[in-house]
Amino acid sequence: MIARRSIVRTMRQPGVFIPPLSFPLMLMAVNSNGLRAATHLPGFPTHSFLAFFLPFSFLQGALFASGIAGTDLARDIDTGFLNRLALTPVRGSALLLGQIGGALGLGAIQACLYLGVGLAAGVHIDAGVPGAVLILVLAILIAIGFGTLGLWIALRTGSGEGVQSQFPLLFFVLFISSMNLPRNLIEVRWFRDLATLNPVSYLIEALRSLVIVGWDVQALLLGFGFAFGLIALSMTLAVSQLKVRMTRT
Amino acid sequence: MKGRLDVAVALAYRQLTILVKNPSLFIPPMLFPLMNFIAFAGGLSRLRHVPGFDFHGGYTAFQFVFVLLQSAVFGGVFAGFGIARDFERGFARRLLVSAPQRGGIILGYAIAAFVRWLMIVVLLTIVALIEGMQIGGDGVDLFGLFLLAAFANQIGLLWACGIAMRFRSVQSGPLMQTPVFMALFLAPVYVPLDLLRGWTHSVARLNPLTFLLEAGRGFIEGEPTHVEAAFAVAACLLAVFGVWALRGLRAAERVGA
Repeated sequence: MIARRSIVRTMRQPGVFIPPLSFPLMLMAVNSNGLRAATHLPGFPTHSFLAFFLPFSFLQGALFASGIAGTDLARDIDTGFLNRLALTPVRGSALLLGQIGGALGLGAIQACLYLGVGLAAGVHIDAGVPGAVLILVLAILIAIGFGTLGLWIALRTGSGEGVQSQFPLLFFVLFISSMNLPRNLIEVRWFRDLATLNPVSYLIEALRSLVIVGWDVQALLLGFGFAFGLIALSMTLAVSQLKVRMTRT
Repeated sequence: MKGRLDVAVALAYRQLTILVKNPSLFIPPMLFPLMNFIAFAGGLSRLRHVPGFDFHGGYTAFQFVFVLLQSAVFGGVFAGFGIARDFERGFARRLLVSAPQRGGIILGYAIAAFVRWLMIVVLLTIVALIEGMQIGGDGVDLFGLFLLAAFANQIGLLWACGIAMRFRSVQSGPLMQTPVFMALFLAPVYVPLDLLRGWTHSVARLNPLTFLLEAGRGFIEGEPTHVEAAFAVAACLLAVFGVWALRGLRAAERVGA
């Protein structure tokens, strides 16, 4: 019921779900043309920058999902809805899973939309139809991971403004990755090192491998590993923060 | 408050005080250009090896000019959020009633936007110099660069001000941001104009911000180019959006905010 409420609430607010759908597409259109010259660099893995950049859209969409899940939960804290839920026998983890419903639903729509637009624009998925399905699965897992992270931030800060203020930080984490160039082509050493340490690089590279390489087992294991790791870590943090929040109430 | 300037100074002081007391309003707009600069200058520097990349001042300087203009325009747009918030919370209604010279209202917001942007510029320039940015231009060239960016800041403010005064709601935020974002990224952001292909090249050639960007890059490289065109475009945009903002103010006056 909480999940259904979360989905309905998200879908009832066009101002909430339209930007996460449209903004990554705009950036994809602009960047795939603006950075097309990068494909002339020796060692660049594909001739289509759109194919190279497409996976970043899923990450960007997941970031928006994080903001939506967090802001919605912060509003529930603000309006006292969470306090009322605390009086029911619902388990903390179930409550969090329910809250993530809106982000999960939106994540699924986003993934289908970005992939559909990419295919319509001429992107060829090297891993074929099973690869496309795996892209959707991984994209949804990433949306859940970031969404749960948003819940933790909401529980920690207790305010929508607090959630929004973390947005630039999360965006920064996305930027310091291999989003624009493969890591071996990043020239500045400190940036390349940070991108190598950044799990976001491996999430992007797993998605990207399915689009431009085919079946790269190492990239996929790393990508799925980090996606599940992100979900597990965020859920642990969120559950423990929920206990603190419930104690306060 | 007796004159236009009094209104402007008082309003600017208030806006800046709000910013100082609310880091959550001030820090994100400051972080965005820095993030972009680090991501673009750090992550994309290999693009200078693309055949035909004819900017000789280094990729850090190439990106600095874009991020400087971006911070300027968005500095103005973020100030527009404050205007919309003032309308939402009823402050603007009281301001319209009490201000003897209402033109000073726009001037006040413009001063606040400029001072706020100056703080960002200082930080951005320090980071760029630490990053090893090469500056080929002399003092006059740099003055030209920062003057162009200051114009861009006021253009952004006047655009957002016009929107805020017509819609009088923070919900108009995407309307302020999205066209500006698109205009900025449809300029030659990552590579020189000649390296763009297809529709992006056609759009970038007609984009007024391309003139500002190319002139700015010329200034920092020490080889000024399109200077007259850039300042003429900036002056035209200032005039057009100045009228846009003033008409927005009249619209707000008509409905009594």
